[in-house]
Amino acid sequence: MTPATSETPYADLIVCPQCDAVYRLKRPEHGERAVCSRCHTILIAPRRKAGLQIIAVSLAVVILIIAATLFPFLSIKAAGAKNSVSILDAALAFAGGPLAVLALATAALIVFVPLTRVLLSLYVLVPIVLDRPPARHATQAFRLAEALRPWSMAEIFAIGCAVALIKVVDLADVAFGPAFWMFAILVVLVVAQDSFMCRWSVWNSLDTQKKS
Amino acid sequence: MGVVACTRCTQVWPIGTQTCARCGKGLMSRDVKSLQRVWAWWVVGVMCYIPANTYPMLRTRTLFQVEESTIVGGAVDLMHHGAIGIALVVLVASVVIPIGKFLAIAFLAIGVQRGSGVSDHHRQGLYEVVEYIGRWSMIDIFVVAILSSLVQLNTLASVNPGLASLFFALSVIFTMLSAQSFDSRMIWDRQVAAKGASEHD
Repeated sequence: MTPATSETPYADLIVCPQCDAVYRLKRPEHGERAVCSRCHTILIAPRRKAGLQIIAVSLAVVILIIAATLFPFLSIKAAGAKNSVSILDAALAFAGGPLAVLALATAALIVFVPLTRVLLSLYVLVPIVLDRPPARHATQAFRLAEALRPWSMAEIFAIGCAVALIKVVDLADVAFGPAFWMFAILVVLVVAQDSFMCRWSVWNSLDTQKKS
Repeated sequence: MGVVACTRCTQVWPIGTQTCARCGKGLMSRDVKSLQRVWAWWVVGVMCYIPANTYPMLRTRTLFQVEESTIVGGAVDLMHHGAIGIALVVLVASVVIPIGKFLAIAFLAIGVQRGSGVSDHHRQGLYEVVEYIGRWSMIDIFVVAILSSLVQLNTLASVNPGLASLFFALSVIFTMLSAQSFDSRMIWDRQVAAKGASEHD
C-alpha cells in the first residue's frame, strides 16, 4: 500500500477501518496480504479459489452442526448411575426458573449463531463463485453475517468442554459420544472458514457485479 | 484529505456522505457519541460483575450435603484440594481478565478524552487484545452449562447453576458491547493533531 494524494480518485483509495489511515489501493496477488503500515491491521488477503473452499467448508459445517447437536455428546458414569447429554442439553441446562434467558442465549451462541452465519455466507458466496448476479439482499445478508461474527462462540464452548472435563474427571468416568468428535472437527472448520474469507474481496465483488 | 471511509467495507466517499453505497453502513468521520456508549455499557458491565461474585455460581449436591460456591470460593476450594493449577486458571479467567478488561477499556476511553502518555501503537494493540479476549470470558458460563447438564446422577450427585451465572454472562456481554462501541480511529487523532496532517491523512 502506498500513500495517497488528494488527486487520487475515490475508487482507488482504501482506508484502514481501525486507524483511518488512507492508502492508494494496490491489489495484492493471491496469497499476499495488504497490511496497514500504521497499525498493522490486515486490509486485504485474497486467496486462490477461496470462494470454492469456503463453500465446501460451509456445507460440511452445516451438516456437522446439525449432527453434533442431535447425537449424544458426553456421558458420565459413577457408582452405577449414568447420564449422557447432547449439546442442546448442555445449552438448556439453564432452562427453568430465572435462568431461562441464559438458556436461550447459550443455545444461540453455540448452535444457532454459527449456523446462521454459515447459511448467510453460503447465500452470499454461491452466486459470486458461479459468476452470477448477487442474490437478492446479498449485501444485507453479508452485513448480518459480519455483525454476528463476535457472537459465534463454538470454539469457546469447545475449550469450555476441556475445562469442565478436567473438573469432573476425578469424580466420575467420562466418555465421549459421537457428537464430541463431530464438534471437534466442526470447531476447526469454523475457524478455517473465517480465516479463508477476505472481507474486502467479498464487498468488492458484490459491488462490481451490482454495477454490471 | 476531506474524505470519509466506511469502517465495514473500507470504501472511501467524499466527506459529508451519509451512508455507504456499497454496504449500506452509516458513515461518520468520527463517531462522536462513541465514548458515551462505551461508558454506558461499561457501567452496566461493572454493575453486573458485582452480583456475579456475591451470588453462588454452582450449587453442588452430593449424598449428604448441599454446597453453594461463588466464583472465588470455588477457586479457593480447588486450591485446598491441591488442584492449584486449575484454581489459578479459574481465577485468571473469571477474575483477572474481566477486571483487566474494565480497566483497559476505561484507560482507552480516558486516553482519547484527555490524551495519554502511552504510544498510539500500544493503545491500538491493547484495544485489539481487549476486543479479541472479550468473547473468551463466556467460557465460564459454558463450563457451568456443561457441568450442570452432565452431572445429574439422581441421588448420588448433582450440579445446578446459580444466579451468579446470569449476571456473569450479562457482564461479559455488556463489556463486549462496550469494547465494540469504541471508535479506535480516535486513538490516532492526537498524533495527527500534534504533527500536522501526516502522509496518512
